[in-house]
Amino acid sequence: MDCKEFNVMLDAYVDSEFDAFTMARMETHVQTCPACQQRLREQMQLRAAIKTAAPYFKAPASLRQSMHAQLRKAGKTPEKSRGLDYLNTWRWPTVSAVVTSVVLFSTSLMLVLNTPSADDLLAREVIGGHVRSLMAEHLTDVRSTDQHTVKPWFIGQLDFAPPVRDFSAQGFVLMGGRLDYVNNRKVAALVYQYRKHAINLFIWPTGGERTANLHEREWQGYTADAWTQAGMQFWAVSDINATELNEFTHLLQSAVVTPPVQ
Amino acid sequence: MLPHLDAAFNLARWLVGNDHDAQDLAQESCVRALKYFASFHGTDARAWLLTIVRNTTFTWLRQHRMQELTMPLDDDYFDPASAAGDATASTSPSPELQLVQQADADQLRLAIEQLPVEFREVMVLRELEELPYKQIASITNVPVGTVMSRLARARKRLQQILMPSPAARQDGSDGL
Repeated sequence: MDCKEFNVMLDAYVDSEFDAFTMARMETHVQTCPACQQRLREQMQLRAAIKTAAPYFKAPASLRQSMHAQLRKAGKTPEKSRGLDYLNTWRWPTVSAVVTSVVLFSTSLMLVLNTPSADDLLAREVIGGHVRSLMAEHLTDVRSTDQHTVKPWFIGQLDFAPPVRDFSAQGFVLMGGRLDYVNNRKVAALVYQYRKHAINLFIWPTGGERTANLHEREWQGYTADAWTQAGMQFWAVSDINATELNEFTHLLQSAVVTPPVQ
Repeated sequence: MLPHLDAAFNLARWLVGNDHDAQDLAQESCVRALKYFASFHGTDARAWLLTIVRNTTFTWLRQHRMQELTMPLDDDYFDPASAAGDATASTSPSPELQLVQQADADQLRLAIEQLPVEFREVMVLRELEELPYKQIASITNVPVGTVMSRLARARKRLQQILMPSPAARQDGSDGL
């Protein structure tokens, strides 16, 4: 990202119109570029000034009363509404009842439709955690390729013991681990390197024992695999392709022993 | 429709600039919304009502104030080259920024009122209704890219109205 690109995208950036990945790229640029920082500051100041200066014109009481009156009057008398000849064919009590219920229904439907699913939110949060770990250059709190060093470190930090395995032989090299915060709790983040790419593996205990089910997601160039196993929720995130990440996931799934179902 | 009466009135008020006409247009729009409610299959009643307000108001403007429906600002897509030029021009620390902070609210409101109506509507929908570009595009019946460029140009215009442009300022000081 250079200044030219940043400035073309600045307006939409302040309006939060981009996806998390592009937002992160822009954040990275602006953090290192005083000129764009200045530009961004000016933009924010203008926005704030507009917000304070531009009034939101509330509907005058007379308009509100007149609309209420029309609805009420129409509700009581099925006769023609004054000046609303083209509404003749409508039976107002039915219309207002239908309107009310449809508005209520569509409002709730809108909430449902506009709200990303819990899984989507979690995916975004986890991918955000991955991007942040790379941006902040804070990949690891404990840096070691030795699983017997990484695992004990977590035990002092968390109320659960994440499974730590190294798959160097298969190309997935354990680099270390760190604490992260996902889904409103402290989680273990294991970091693997595959060729030049980082993989973040987020692990936290789940309440219920669910069967191991794999969700694959691709989102803005990132791939995420999520599954539940051995009472723990796993999220593997990387920018490697889905096939490669799958290989990693399968290695891990076979290495983590699921308690036998009685 | 009544829960969104404020939104309807606010948009009409910003587009026509006076209470009397805005009230008529908001009322007409609500009545129309009731009439056509059967054809509404969307999920956002506010955006839907705002679309009707917008269309009703533009029809009215076409009948009463044709001269306002012109586009004095270039409505092309945002030109990266000119944006980069502006960027390099405005890197200096900014007395203009302080001017924005001190800007009298009336002055800024006046500046928004002076924007061409096509730019004013995207500003109102974005800044006051806080709608995403996609919905603004659907309400104003233009592509998302046009919403983006209109917003950018409207904001730039506001900055220019509020304060001398950095380029002009530099030219001025060079001339002294």
